[in-house]
Amino acid sequence: MAVDHDMVARVAGLARLKLAPADVAPLMDELNKILGWIDQLQAVDTGNTQPMNAVIPNTRPWREDAVTDGGIQEDALANAPDAAHGFFAVPKVIE
Amino acid sequence: MRQMPRTASSPYPKSSNRRPQLNNLTDLTLAAMREGLAARDFTARELVGAHIAAVEAARPLNAFIVETPEIALAAADAADAALARGTAGLLAGIPLGIKDLFCTKGVQTTAASAILKGFTPRYESTVTRKLFDAGGAMLGKLNLDEFAMGSSNETSAFGPVISPWRANASDAPLVPGGSSGGSSAAVAARLCAAATGTDTGGSIRQPAAFTGIAGIKPTYGRCSRWGIIAFASSLDQAGVLARTVTDCALMLEAMAGYDPKDSTSLNAPVPAYAKALDGSLKGKRIGIPREYRMDGMDSAVDALWQQGIAWARDAGAEIVDVSLPHTGEALPTYYIVAPAEASSNLARYDGVRYGLRVAPDGGTLNDMYEATRAAGFGHEVKRRIMIGTYVLSAGYYDAYYLKAQKVRALIAQDFERAWERCDLLLTPTAPTAAFGLGAKLADPIAMYLNDVFTVPASLAGLPAMSVPAGLDAEGLPLGLQIIGKPLDEQGVLNASYALERAAAFASAPTRWW
Repeated sequence: MAVDHDMVARVAGLARLKLAPADVAPLMDELNKILGWIDQLQAVDTGNTQPMNAVIPNTRPWREDAVTDGGIQEDALANAPDAAHGFFAVPKVIE
Repeated sequence: MRQMPRTASSPYPKSSNRRPQLNNLTDLTLAAMREGLAARDFTARELVGAHIAAVEAARPLNAFIVETPEIALAAADAADAALARGTAGLLAGIPLGIKDLFCTKGVQTTAASAILKGFTPRYESTVTRKLFDAGGAMLGKLNLDEFAMGSSNETSAFGPVISPWRANASDAPLVPGGSSGGSSAAVAARLCAAATGTDTGGSIRQPAAFTGIAGIKPTYGRCSRWGIIAFASSLDQAGVLARTVTDCALMLEAMAGYDPKDSTSLNAPVPAYAKALDGSLKGKRIGIPREYRMDGMDSAVDALWQQGIAWARDAGAEIVDVSLPHTGEALPTYYIVAPAEASSNLARYDGVRYGLRVAPDGGTLNDMYEATRAAGFGHEVKRRIMIGTYVLSAGYYDAYYLKAQKVRALIAQDFERAWERCDLLLTPTAPTAAFGLGAKLADPIAMYLNDVFTVPASLAGLPAMSVPAGLDAEGLPLGLQIIGKPLDEQGVLNASYALERAAAFASAPTRWW
């Protein structure tokens, strides 16, 4: 499956990556080379195989339903590019 | 008074030089440093001071992003006091390098990305906390491929790391492998006794092989991922790069263990790995996977593999031929699963809570996200985010991501079947020795193929180790890989120890920096 110009632009939008118009065509070529290479997986017979998302069998651990963290507003904001009144500050989002 | 655990009963040879000159303190193994410190042959301050000088002299390698000599000296002084009191920990006064993917409280942590320049964590990763609790002295934060995405340490926003190694009669710069390239270069160049690494598809083992040192990636879940900047969460695992198998064993003992803060952390006891090393493979069956014999394989790599098989047999192992039929599909599977997880993990870099913000004048919030991420991420990271976003997007999820997860299950089943016939697997670590700086940058797939022998064990979550075993015709190091069953780090370390003893690899890079 190859991606076209519009698909590259659409995926970049989903990924919140601004692409200069001149960057789209070279990126499309690179992605198509990589996608052409990974397409070989389509030939593998996966029949009734269940998809794997955890490699080592492990039970979900339980913990006490207790507050163990928090009260770290200053720490949380310490690396913010912009903070005001104890909050993260961002450009205006409501017209 | 000296109650630090002594190594008198240990199987590894004691350092022959009991009173090393202060100018070769950097040549000592971690185990020999422990002996020397315990015997008070030298102080931790002298040991750490020698390494700080080595780090400063080695800046042409670009192995460190941040140097922290004052932190290292404070740890050294604490270690000297603890040694005098008899309360020294496992790594008291040992000079360590920390890959800049581990969050370190109060010390800039960037994942070698421009998007995190200046980020100074207010907390400590579990692995670094355990190392510091054991007395380790951090010399600084080590360079890596941006967000650990690369096999040559050339994607770092802080510039490439240059390998301390050079080919015979050549001064062309070589890559140190990746993504833990700062770690491999620093350990090989004797800038630190050991370094942390992380391995998602081979990022500890391949750089270890490229620089003639040892490196172990334990079982997925052995070391806590808490505080490690995430790349691909179902694959990421912390491990060690050091110059000997024993040194790796000592470091891993300090780093591994259950952590309630990582829900994938394994609640299993951590053995005293180093004490149990004896190099005997009697009663062990070592499998040789036939699919790892690739067309056009480097003849030196193949010859070393055959030599490794002979060494394992000499150490008492029974050699068995095994098949891992889906080996060829491992790399394309990895290049779906890892970018998919990365695209999700890296969504957090949005210019709001930490790191870079680029906000165009009069722009919207979305403009800020897009401009920040375009400016902050490097080319390889963007490429992988794009692949990952595409394979997870509506209409393509089943064909790519779900398919890859199914093939991943088949790859894991291959290993499970192999374990019916053998206890460990022996393979080459990488298909070639280190290549030249820039040699593979133009072709991402050629770069990805470096990890052909390391990715399958990562996809199956298995412990695996590279041990330096020989030199190619150009005088560059080559490694052999041992892969083990889940949680059998001890078996992996012991087989690697047997290979290490047989290979007697004593080569080191000649200093040019």
